[in-house]
Amino acid sequence: MPGTSDAVWSEQGTTPDAIEAALRALLIERHAENENFLPARVLNMITLIDREWTGEIANRLGGVGRYHASRLVVLSYERRRERLDARVMIAAEGNPDAGELALLRETVVVELGDQHLDDLLQIADPLVVTDLPTLLWSPHGHHELVRQLLPLAQAVLIDSVDEPIAADALDRAGELSSEAYVVDLAWLRSTPWRERVAATFDPPQMRRELSTLTAVTIRHHPESRVAAVLMLGWLASRLGWEAGTLVEHGEMLSGKAHASRQDVTLRAESAPELMVRGLEDVTVETASGRRLRLTRGPGGLHARWRDPRGTEREWTIMGASRGERGVLGEGIRQALLRDPTYLPALSAARAMLS
Amino acid sequence: MAAVAGRPTGQPEPDNPLTAGLERLPVAPTSLVIFGATGDLARRKLLPAIYNLAHDGALPERFHLIGVSRKEKENEDFRAECEQSIRRFSRRTPDDSVLDSLLENVKYVPGTFDDPEVYAELGRLLDAFEREDGEPLNRAFYLSTAPSFFPIIVQALGRSELAQREQSEVRLIIEKPFGTTLAEARQLNRAVLSIFEESQIFRIDHYLGKETVQNMMAFRFANGMFEPLWNRNYIDSVQITAAEDLGIGSRADYYDNAGALRDLIQNHMLQLLCHVAMEPPVNFTAEEVRNEKVKVLQAIPEPTPAEIPEMSVRAQYTAGHAGGEDVPGYLEEEGVPEDSNTETYAALRLEVDNWRWAGVPFYLRTGKRLARKVTEIAVTLKPVPHLAFSQDGSLGVQPNQLVLTLQPNEGVSLRLGAKIPGTRMIIRPVHMEFLYGTAFLSQSPEAYERLITDAMRGDATLFTRNDEVEAQWRICDPIVSAWEATPGPLPGYESGSQGPKEAEALLRGDDHWRAI
Repeated sequence: MPGTSDAVWSEQGTTPDAIEAALRALLIERHAENENFLPARVLNMITLIDREWTGEIANRLGGVGRYHASRLVVLSYERRRERLDARVMIAAEGNPDAGELALLRETVVVELGDQHLDDLLQIADPLVVTDLPTLLWSPHGHHELVRQLLPLAQAVLIDSVDEPIAADALDRAGELSSEAYVVDLAWLRSTPWRERVAATFDPPQMRRELSTLTAVTIRHHPESRVAAVLMLGWLASRLGWEAGTLVEHGEMLSGKAHASRQDVTLRAESAPELMVRGLEDVTVETASGRRLRLTRGPGGLHARWRDPRGTEREWTIMGASRGERGVLGEGIRQALLRDPTYLPALSAARAMLS
Repeated sequence: MAAVAGRPTGQPEPDNPLTAGLERLPVAPTSLVIFGATGDLARRKLLPAIYNLAHDGALPERFHLIGVSRKEKENEDFRAECEQSIRRFSRRTPDDSVLDSLLENVKYVPGTFDDPEVYAELGRLLDAFEREDGEPLNRAFYLSTAPSFFPIIVQALGRSELAQREQSEVRLIIEKPFGTTLAEARQLNRAVLSIFEESQIFRIDHYLGKETVQNMMAFRFANGMFEPLWNRNYIDSVQITAAEDLGIGSRADYYDNAGALRDLIQNHMLQLLCHVAMEPPVNFTAEEVRNEKVKVLQAIPEPTPAEIPEMSVRAQYTAGHAGGEDVPGYLEEEGVPEDSNTETYAALRLEVDNWRWAGVPFYLRTGKRLARKVTEIAVTLKPVPHLAFSQDGSLGVQPNQLVLTLQPNEGVSLRLGAKIPGTRMIIRPVHMEFLYGTAFLSQSPEAYERLITDAMRGDATLFTRNDEVEAQWRICDPIVSAWEATPGPLPGYESGSQGPKEAEALLRGDDHWRAI
């Protein structure tokens, strides 16, 4: 966690009440030390992790830049642990000059074991700031424990590409969606692609072409099939296609969707050369012979456009890669927003893999 | 006629269902031409803003940039200057590959702004971009030059047939100041409107691009609790302050010709007043929002010569101690004539003569070298009708005051009366504070990023309309004239102080200036 001014409390064999009291005391202490220290009050984030991966998760969260939750509660699970230990850290982003403010961000790490799991909700509940939205993230699975903590959360952060089987990942996202707002990193990785396809078909003369799409091909990281299917689901739900089932052919899924005028051929292919999670390229074709191909490249997406006469043009659509840390930061930010297109896209994607 | 972005073709265009849910809406392919591309504003603000839009993927997917300036130089030299400016002034460290992509095709056209060959070359370049891209591109001309060049450039764009196109949109973005008097503003409006339609014109007041100013509309119109109080029945006075702790720095040339009234009150502060006083618009489209703002300006009576000494104060800072060091007075600043009568402090008392605000004074003040930097709007409510708590030892029940701070710490503070703990009913004021910085994860984009995007999208909500500019000048012009006709020397105020004591005379009844 970034910060130049930290206050720390820790206790072995502690209780949730003691942790909460320590949080309050540290905040009062920090404010008394300098009245320009103020606690950020934006978002609680509960992160449930396996203890042996603490360092990796700390690294990931350390890279989210300004999108830190204002209070991070890390529930660090170690199967054989019998004692409840905790650390509380309150970090300021700097030492404020006169007239300036420095925000305080709180991190609570609770070490717990099997014997605490039945009381997980009671342990976490006093540690979140009441009235702030709470985001729940469990990067190492533990679906049952997530279910226990759901009453505390308004949003759940998942990464559907973590699930080995795409259909299972989408089903799980669907189930969670009935209880909380789901922020899926697999969906967020496709945001720049969705924006660019939308922009290409935004000029009025191009909007008419949306009803004439004939083929969509998406190439993706071998582990990111679910991201490709979500993107296909997005097109199907936005354009009113009746999605058919995609059939697996080795590393490729293919199938048809029924649009009002014609069928649309859909393909999701693995791109083994892609080193990072997400999409490698997206190709969209229309009945008039137009074809847009967007490919991941340095400095943004590389666009290749073919018009009905066969003339081809290429250019770069500028935009910096956010990287995996940026995607996680965006996921935290999205917990405070609501994307009305995700659920319909998810629903269409599930139909394609049913 | 070919169909293009944003231009009707006679039949209804279908919606684009793919834009639903996207935070960044598409911007039509655009070529942006900056006149004055080697100037201070372009280097410090415009080029870094354009880079940050590219970094965020918020530029149009087909985007071309052309710089125009008098200095003779090659494309490569201009690109190197752009890179230097972006690396120095960007709010984030540039990504090399994005920066390379942005600068790769930047072009530069040297020449004076009245030279027809400049516009011929511009036309050739803009046409070449379209041939290369295979589609018509919207065109945006950004006038970031000295104001004296605005009419010259506009006329030249008209003569060279660059102001209108059948196949795409052409937009004109004009920096402030828009005239230095009402007559100049009208003349400039006439000149611009003889070539461009109002819907093509985007007059910049960069204050409107600030998140903090936009938040004022959210504060007023997204929260039901304030509206019942927001009128003359409950509000005693409104005080708008834009104070700076710095002097004029190296801007003597500009500032001595402008002064505090023209620099801040005529534009930014009257806009803030409009945001406080406007009626809720029917919707938040450009026309509806601007209609409501114009109504406020029209409700402010034009000051008569007899009223001006009673409703306005001007002054100059003298030597003093500010920011931990001894500083010179305005007349000792480098580049300022020793007999200058330019005000570095201006304060006004205005009335908004309409049903909602009749009788409520609006106090506006701005100045350089004041005690600290702060921009705020303080709305003071009327006192409670019966003071039951006036016991000995009590600071008393002071009127509630709602303070909207725009900078440096954006937030809202409400002054309430509260009982001091103890056996007696003794009241003192306390403050309930909300700070935007504690409640959001995001960093606010620079005002110019928002404004450039909006102009390219054709959304004029955050730009000043012609009648709005003239209505602003109608209020300030008589004061400017009266002050220019009145010999100095001006009253002084010590640097680092609260301002001139003469400003007290503007206040009515028990009103007092808030401490800066």
